[in-house]
Amino acid sequence: MAEINQSRFLIKITDLHFSQRGRKIFDGANIEIERGKITAIMGPSGAGKTTLLKLIGGQRHPDTGSVEVDGVNVHKLSRRKLYALRKKMGMLFQSGALLTDLTVFENVAFPLREHTRLPELMIRDLVLMKLESVGLRGAKNLMPAELSGGMARRVAMARAIALEPMMVFYDEPFTGQDPISMGVLVKLIKKLNSVLEMTSVIVSHDVAETAAIADYIYLISEGKVVAKGTPEELNRTDSEWAQQFMQGLADGPVPFHYPASDYATELMEPK
Amino acid sequence: MSWVRDRLLDKLHYLGHQSLNAFARLGRGSLLLLQLIFAVPQAIMRWRLILQQIYSVGVLSLLIIIVSGFFVGMVLSFQGYITLVDYGAEESLGTMVALSLVRELGPVVTALLFAGRAGSALTAEIGLMKATEQLSGMEMMAVDPIKRVLAPRFVAGLISLPILAMIFSAVGVLGGEFVGVGLLGVDGGSFWSQMQASVDFRDDVLNGMIKGVVFGWVASWIALFEGYDAVPTSSGVSSATTRTVVHTSLAVLGLDFILTALMF
Amino acid sequence: MNLRVIEIGVGIFVAIGLAALLILSLQVSNLTLLDNGPSYQVTARFQNISGLKVRAPVSVAGVRVGEVADIHFDPETYEAVATLTISEQYDQLPIDSQAGIRTAGLLGEKYVALVPGSGFAFGADEDGEDSKPQMLVDGSEITDTSSSMVLEELIGQFIFGKGDKGGQ
Repeated sequence: MAEINQSRFLIKITDLHFSQRGRKIFDGANIEIERGKITAIMGPSGAGKTTLLKLIGGQRHPDTGSVEVDGVNVHKLSRRKLYALRKKMGMLFQSGALLTDLTVFENVAFPLREHTRLPELMIRDLVLMKLESVGLRGAKNLMPAELSGGMARRVAMARAIALEPMMVFYDEPFTGQDPISMGVLVKLIKKLNSVLEMTSVIVSHDVAETAAIADYIYLISEGKVVAKGTPEELNRTDSEWAQQFMQGLADGPVPFHYPASDYATELMEPK
Repeated sequence: MSWVRDRLLDKLHYLGHQSLNAFARLGRGSLLLLQLIFAVPQAIMRWRLILQQIYSVGVLSLLIIIVSGFFVGMVLSFQGYITLVDYGAEESLGTMVALSLVRELGPVVTALLFAGRAGSALTAEIGLMKATEQLSGMEMMAVDPIKRVLAPRFVAGLISLPILAMIFSAVGVLGGEFVGVGLLGVDGGSFWSQMQASVDFRDDVLNGMIKGVVFGWVASWIALFEGYDAVPTSSGVSSATTRTVVHTSLAVLGLDFILTALMF
Repeated sequence: MNLRVIEIGVGIFVAIGLAALLILSLQVSNLTLLDNGPSYQVTARFQNISGLKVRAPVSVAGVRVGEVADIHFDPETYEAVATLTISEQYDQLPIDSQAGIRTAGLLGEKYVALVPGSGFAFGADEDGEDSKPQMLVDGSEITDTSSSMVLEELIGQFIFGKGDKGGQ
């Protein structure tokens, strides 16, 4: 609020429409993400949560609607400016996306080496600091193939924050983790957010873990925002859909079946 | 009769779809080539990355090139001797072996081996990086994968293939000498002197090197494109790898014909 | 991979490549003579040079002394003019040397063979320097030449008994 473009919301998504291979993924979604907070975007698998992150990062282009990050429309930037903006973004991919031919140390050093001309000693200090903050300084000489899934994600997290970005996106950080790694990741996300004063966006369908740390939650389904609010508000909401999702019920407003032609008709069709 | 017409229409539709796909791939490939060429100057600035790629593309192919070169030279010498001795012209064996190697077999066989040894590995590597979101991850780290990952490999291929082709030819000539002079008893002096009299440095050796550069360009371009364009699944990467070897081999043989017609 | 190992590996690779280039240029092809040493050029006119190529060797008594630098057709005399580049170290070739186009072996390639003359061909007496023979220098022309033997003509001559005519 202090400056003109220093509005309360860091990311503003307005009336987003996007379709891929003829399938509508977003159909008029409006999402606002507050600075310095942890915002979660939740929804069933296939709701386009990862796509949303790619849209914010400028890797995909919306059909209509706009995505504004820090006051600028991501999809109207030149390639150079887009790359400059991406330096302010950290992204944690679902798979970790560590570079498999580099050690853990080199993976974290990668963005520093690519974007800065820092002397080797300073890079070393910075990398060790980031690795220490995710508790993996001891693993610095391992190759990504030698890491467990949870460790790989923590390394990826150290790499995502190597350039001290303004915002960090977490793509399904909890999927496929054992309870201990999950606890570690939850704690880390919370800690990094408060210590580094970054804006965090978590895309997930793990209700309990996400709700535990998120300041604000958007529920999306079929390309629209179905419900939004703080975790407490969502738990108390009277939206049937939100209830089904938050409690994890098999059938409800979200149908059990993938859209298909009539079963009986299909059985009778030749071939 | 309507089902016949439907079948035909289906086939036609399929054919049209396939040819449109082929054109789209050609278009994407050409765009990638343009991007690669523009990225080359920046890649050269970061010579360490290129060095690393020359190591994995060139140095690691050295053994297969030397062994194959020696054997090809030996076989050429054997077969050439059988033909030439009938005309009492076995002194020309050196000429025959050297010219076939330097002009044709050196660059062509090296390119074919390169496609199998280095090209397929490049495709698989890039394809897997794509499948495991490493390329996407780089993009989100504001690092252009074409500049950081593809361009150094492109330059390395461009440098390595002509060097490998020269090594192949040189080792092949030695193999030819081993069989011709050492085993079949052709006079060593005339083997070399006839060779020197008729192999021209500019016309033959340099043109052979130009072929090597062209093949290096085609082979690394195809390998990188197939990897970059691969469907990011295991079956997608494996079929891309196969396509790399097949397409590179065809392109090299076709281009060799054109280059030979232009040069000699 | 350790950067040092890579550097050494690539170094060896490039060294082997250079060695291969050296073998190809010096041992396999004819990039040895005259490209660096000083040389002089003489011309020779032939009735027929069929089969002689640019960069074919020029030899004296079987020793290579130079190469054919250029071949062109003279439209006035209907002769072929070959320019021969001869290495400077062989500057003691008499001016009335003969140039002939020969074939290495039965089916080998054509080369120019120089047969040295006496050096007292023409004009030597006028200068009163009969004791000193004249040598070929840059720009000299060899006048006494014999053309390339065309196998078909030779066979024809043999069959039709015109053996006395001979090649020019």
